[in-house]
Amino acid sequence: MIVRISGEGQFDVPEGHVDELNRLDDDLTKAVDSGDEAQFTTALEALLASVRTAGEELPADWIGPSDLVLPSPDATIHEVREVLGDEGLIPG
Amino acid sequence: MGLMRRFSSIFKAKASKTLDKYEDPRETLDYSYERTLEMLQKMRRAVADVATSRKRIELQAQQLQRSAAKLEGQAKQAMSQNREDLAREALTRRQGIATQLTDLQAQHDQLKAEEARMVEGSQRLQAKVDAFRIRKETMKANYTAAEAQTRVNEAISGIGEEMGDVGLAMQRAEDKVAQMQARSGALDELMASGALDDASMSSDRLQAELDRGLAEPAVEAELARLRGELTGSSTTAKQLDAPAEDATAAPQAPAQAPVEEERR
Repeated sequence: MIVRISGEGQFDVPEGHVDELNRLDDDLTKAVDSGDEAQFTTALEALLASVRTAGEELPADWIGPSDLVLPSPDATIHEVREVLGDEGLIPG
Repeated sequence: MGLMRRFSSIFKAKASKTLDKYEDPRETLDYSYERTLEMLQKMRRAVADVATSRKRIELQAQQLQRSAAKLEGQAKQAMSQNREDLAREALTRRQGIATQLTDLQAQHDQLKAEEARMVEGSQRLQAKVDAFRIRKETMKANYTAAEAQTRVNEAISGIGEEMGDVGLAMQRAEDKVAQMQARSGALDELMASGALDDASMSSDRLQAELDRGLAEPAVEAELARLRGELTGSSTTAKQLDAPAEDATAAPQAPAQAPVEEERR
C-alpha cells in the first residue's frame, strides 16, 4: 500500500500494517473532532511515525498514485479542516 | 469514516482536477508535463519569496541588536555617573527590544524551516519531472491504446498528486510570507515613527542627559578655575610687571584667560 505524507514523500507500507494505521487514525479523528491541538499533534506524529517505521520510503523519481494521503507533520487542525473544506489545492 | 481516508479522498479528488484529460492519452501526457514544469517554476519563485522575507527579518533583527547594544552602553555610562534612574530607563527599553528580538527569532526560524521544506519539495518535484519526461516519451513511443489508459492514468495521477502536494506546501508558505510581510511592515513603520524604536529615539534624549552628566563636572571644574583666576587677579597684575620671559614660559598664563572666556 502506498502512503503519502504531505510535504515529505511516499512510502510503501505492508498491507498487514493497515489495522495499526486505522487504530492510530481513530485517535487522530477524535482529536480533530474535539479541536484539541496538542492531542492532534501527538496523534498525527504517532500515525506518521508508524508509516515511516513500517514503510519504506520510495525514491523521489518514483511516479504513481497513493492509496492514502496524510497531512504534513506540522499541520494544524485548522489546515486539515481547510483541506476537508472547499479550498483548492493549487494556488493561482 | 476516519480522518485519514476522508483526507486522502478529498486530497486525491482535488489533485485529479489539477490536470485536464484529453481524448488522446498522449496529449494528456504532454499537457501534464507542461503543467509540472510551470509548477516547478512557481515553486522556485516561492522559495525566492520566502528567502527575501527571511533576509528582511534578519536586517530588522540586526537593527534591533544595534539599538540594544547602544542602550546597554548607555546603562553602563549612567551607572558610572551614579544615575540609576537613567540606567533603569535604558535597561527597560533594552528589555522591550529583547522581546521584539525573541519574536523575530521565532519568525525567522519558521521561515527557515519553510524554506528548507520548499527546497526539498522542489528537488523532489524536479526528480519527478525528469522521470516523468522519460516515462512519457517511452509511453508515447510504444503506445498501444489498450495498455495506455491504465499506465498513462497511473503516471498522470501520480504526477497530479505530487503537484497537489507541492501546491499545498506553496500555499502554506505564501500565507506565512504574507503574514510575516505584514508584521515586518508594521515593525518597519514602528521603527521609522520612533514608537517602538522609541528605544533609539528617546535613547537620544537619554544620551543627551548622560552627556550632560559627563559635561557638568567638567563645567564645574572650569568655573572653579575661572573663579580662582578672578580672585587671584591682584597677584596676576603684579606678575605682569615681572620679566617677559616668565609670562610666556607659563602655559596657563593669566593673559590667556580672557581668550578662553571669549571662546565660551
